[in-house]
Amino acid sequence: MSWEWVIGLEAHVQLSTETKLFSRASTSFGQEPNTNVNLVDCGLPGVLPTVNKNAFYKAIRFGLAVDAEINQTSLFDRKNYFYPDLPKGYQITQMELPIVSGGKVEIEIEGAKKIINLTRAHLEEDAGKSIHEGMAGTGVDLNRAGTPLLEIVSEPEISSAKEAVAYMKALHQIVTFLDVSDGNMSQGSLRCDANVSIRKKGDKKLGTRTEIKNINSFRFIEKAINYEIERQIDVIESGESVTQETRLYDSIKNETRPMRSKEFANDYRYFPDPDLLPVMISDEEIEEIKATFPEMPKDKFIRYQSKFKIPENDAQIISSSKNLATFFEECMENAKDAKLLSNLMIGDISSLLNKENIEITDSKLSTKNVSELINLVTEGVISGKIAKTVLEETWDSGLSPIEIVESSGLKQLDDDDEIERIIDQIISEHPDQVTAYKGGKDKLFGFFVGQIMKATQGKANPASANKILKDKLDN
Amino acid sequence: MQFQTIKEINDGLVSKKFSVEELIKDTFALINENKVLNCFISLNEENALARAKKIKVSKDSHLLSGVPIAQKDLFCTKGIKTTCGSKMLENFYPPYSSKVEEALDAAGSICIGKTNMDEFAMGSSNETSFFGNVHNPWKKGFVPGGSSGGAACSVAAGLVPAATGTDTGGSIRQPAALCGLTGIKPTYGRISRWGMIAFASSLDQAGPICRTAEDCSILLDAMTGYDSRDTTSLNLDPTNTYTDLKKPYENLRIGIVNEFNVDALSKESQTLFNESLKVFESLGASIHKISLPNINQSVPTYYVIAPAECSSNLSRYDGVKFGHRSLEAEDLESLYINSRSEGFGDEVKRRILIGTYVLSAGYYDAYYKKAQQVRRLIKNDFEEAFKEVDLIVSPTSPSEAFEFGTKGTQDPTELYLEDLFTISSNLAGLPALSMPHGFVNGLPVGIQLIGNYLEESMILNFANRFQQRTDFHNAKPTFEGF
Repeated sequence: MSWEWVIGLEAHVQLSTETKLFSRASTSFGQEPNTNVNLVDCGLPGVLPTVNKNAFYKAIRFGLAVDAEINQTSLFDRKNYFYPDLPKGYQITQMELPIVSGGKVEIEIEGAKKIINLTRAHLEEDAGKSIHEGMAGTGVDLNRAGTPLLEIVSEPEISSAKEAVAYMKALHQIVTFLDVSDGNMSQGSLRCDANVSIRKKGDKKLGTRTEIKNINSFRFIEKAINYEIERQIDVIESGESVTQETRLYDSIKNETRPMRSKEFANDYRYFPDPDLLPVMISDEEIEEIKATFPEMPKDKFIRYQSKFKIPENDAQIISSSKNLATFFEECMENAKDAKLLSNLMIGDISSLLNKENIEITDSKLSTKNVSELINLVTEGVISGKIAKTVLEETWDSGLSPIEIVESSGLKQLDDDDEIERIIDQIISEHPDQVTAYKGGKDKLFGFFVGQIMKATQGKANPASANKILKDKLDN
Repeated sequence: MQFQTIKEINDGLVSKKFSVEELIKDTFALINENKVLNCFISLNEENALARAKKIKVSKDSHLLSGVPIAQKDLFCTKGIKTTCGSKMLENFYPPYSSKVEEALDAAGSICIGKTNMDEFAMGSSNETSFFGNVHNPWKKGFVPGGSSGGAACSVAAGLVPAATGTDTGGSIRQPAALCGLTGIKPTYGRISRWGMIAFASSLDQAGPICRTAEDCSILLDAMTGYDSRDTTSLNLDPTNTYTDLKKPYENLRIGIVNEFNVDALSKESQTLFNESLKVFESLGASIHKISLPNINQSVPTYYVIAPAECSSNLSRYDGVKFGHRSLEAEDLESLYINSRSEGFGDEVKRRILIGTYVLSAGYYDAYYKKAQQVRRLIKNDFEEAFKEVDLIVSPTSPSEAFEFGTKGTQDPTELYLEDLFTISSNLAGLPALSMPHGFVNGLPVGIQLIGNYLEESMILNFANRFQQRTDFHNAKPTFEGF
């Protein structure tokens, strides 16, 4: 039998605001438990929430970027349930009137483009964290409680795990370029729930869906969805039916399994939060957000080619990543050769990043050092070959390329007299090869170049060395 | 120094008839002599005396400078136990102070202690308090009203000149009426709710309970004003009701509501009401009949909305972070169930159950949504009415104070009807005052003035003129049976 799958994603994007959605506590990651917590975050009796307008502005930026409708009056609702890391016994979210309605995201799979429509995007506060390790009972860390999240809900229009990954990557690109989120998945800044169902090819009616909760890497999205599709096919083909339930993905065993019913069997009793008035967004505020809209990948792709004259492929790769694009643009404030820079970035730098599986922002590479390195090459201080060695050194140590070149004597040898002296010596040491060359064995020219580079540890200016060698051998 | 008003105390302090320290010492002596009333849950004696020593009062000082004030025990007071009348918060010492406490502190008044109240402000007789019944100073064994029962009792007994209260459905006005005092609930949003432990957020509003309208205006002006920490706080300057007492509000049109079935009240109550209308007329006001067609839906509407909000507001008391934690808990579920079962009293549980029910999937539209729609209609009725009249008048409560355990013990809704006349102004967010206007069976009863939005000055001005013409507010309780 042949099946098709229907997937809808609920992505949770942590907004990169300085403070929380309803309190002035910091949102910084990785602090000691319960240090980024104030009276409001712990839900003390008598406290009240106040709205962080910056979170709204970020949500609106996202809405504008995906051609959505911005609801200029939006409302907060309470979602009521008990959990130790939910201090108030309810989560403040948007149910009736979300800030963003509709919208669309374009994805590309093997060259084919597809539009995924969005249902909505709404603001809500994150919960805290329960900690079970290293203590007798259960601990609660409220640092994360109240952190602003934008929940982006797609229509069930995603038809494979690959598309789901492409969709999440597209969202990642949008939110990072817009500075809506840092997009850091390992810190949970972008995660998603996937609603998955299958049906016979051609059927109109949707099958029973399951929801896989809290998937936090592109790789796991693909694996979890593929596992779940296979599982559902097995269930149906063995004559049983899929149960509508919430499941968790276990990345170690690579399987999904049902959550205990208590963890989700809730009637959330949504109702408008009486502590918060409707939030009004003016036309002026929206205009201001539009006016400060950052340049998006498509525009960068065109500009990099026209302004910096870098190859299309380089422009494509650099412009599609917020981190690479920012790095490139910052380097270009000082670097004198864009092509050399883009080539270095998609070549040697990319392989170093891939090898250690990190983002450029997490490396020791600075834009100052990389532009310095580029300029050392363009000014002829070092050769392209030496540049690679210097790059590796600055990658490891973070030292400036100028310092590295000076302290390790990697500077290019430009002194023609010195080069001539070295060439004279090589010629005198290899009389047989000289005779053979003069006798017509042109290929031996390369042998002499190799000897020069060996004698100078690759530092001889290649143009000068070639010219002097040719003069000597041909006369 | 019993039974003094804020004005009299200020005069005494300015003219150095007594010092702040003497006043405060005397206040605690009075409180100790009257412990049987049970109007305080905790006293702030040490801090109050220390503060008294530092305060010097001159004629330029704030009128509240050095004045002892009793705080209802749901205003958070930093480092001072704040119980909300509940076992749940029996040992809760807030790490911060409410806006009301900050404001009164800035005005120079002295927090004497925290007053008894219905648990989480849910009740109309102060009988739901975990800390026991409060006696009405007019008659032992009779209720002072609620939920601000301890507050009204402390002022009525003359222990303090003024107390703060909160009013979600009548909790300032009804106890003021039953104790022979004046109390006002201002327009919703006038006083910041920051640090005021929530019962029903869209209805809760703080206000003063005093002996006179003049004192209420002094205290109200100090409590009001914008607070960015409360998004429902009105972005307006503090009220100016005290200076506005001198304004001439001439020829006020006063409405009596057809749908408030005053005929159903006792003969004595009706007589008192009609006599007060005559006083109003003698003050230059004209009386008009008006219609509020949906007003009789107020009580059912309130008893959907208030429990709904309370069921959510009280979810934070789960035994995890603060408040009562059951020692019997074995797992998370039993921690929740036991802590809440042990920590909350019956009335609070009843309202949490009602609220949870009306918000449940499948019932939301029939109850909560419908109630919000009716609330809108009630609001519209008032808006129409205030095109015709300046103030609306009614009795404050259907009857005088009653004996402990006689109302609502079989049928809790019997007690809910105590708020028949007061609830609608909470639903509409309107300012409303109660002042004494006579006695039934030897116990004081009140009359209510409801004003249009932000018209606190008009209400207090008119009440003050009524009190210049009458003597009910000067009556001192007989302490019958004590």
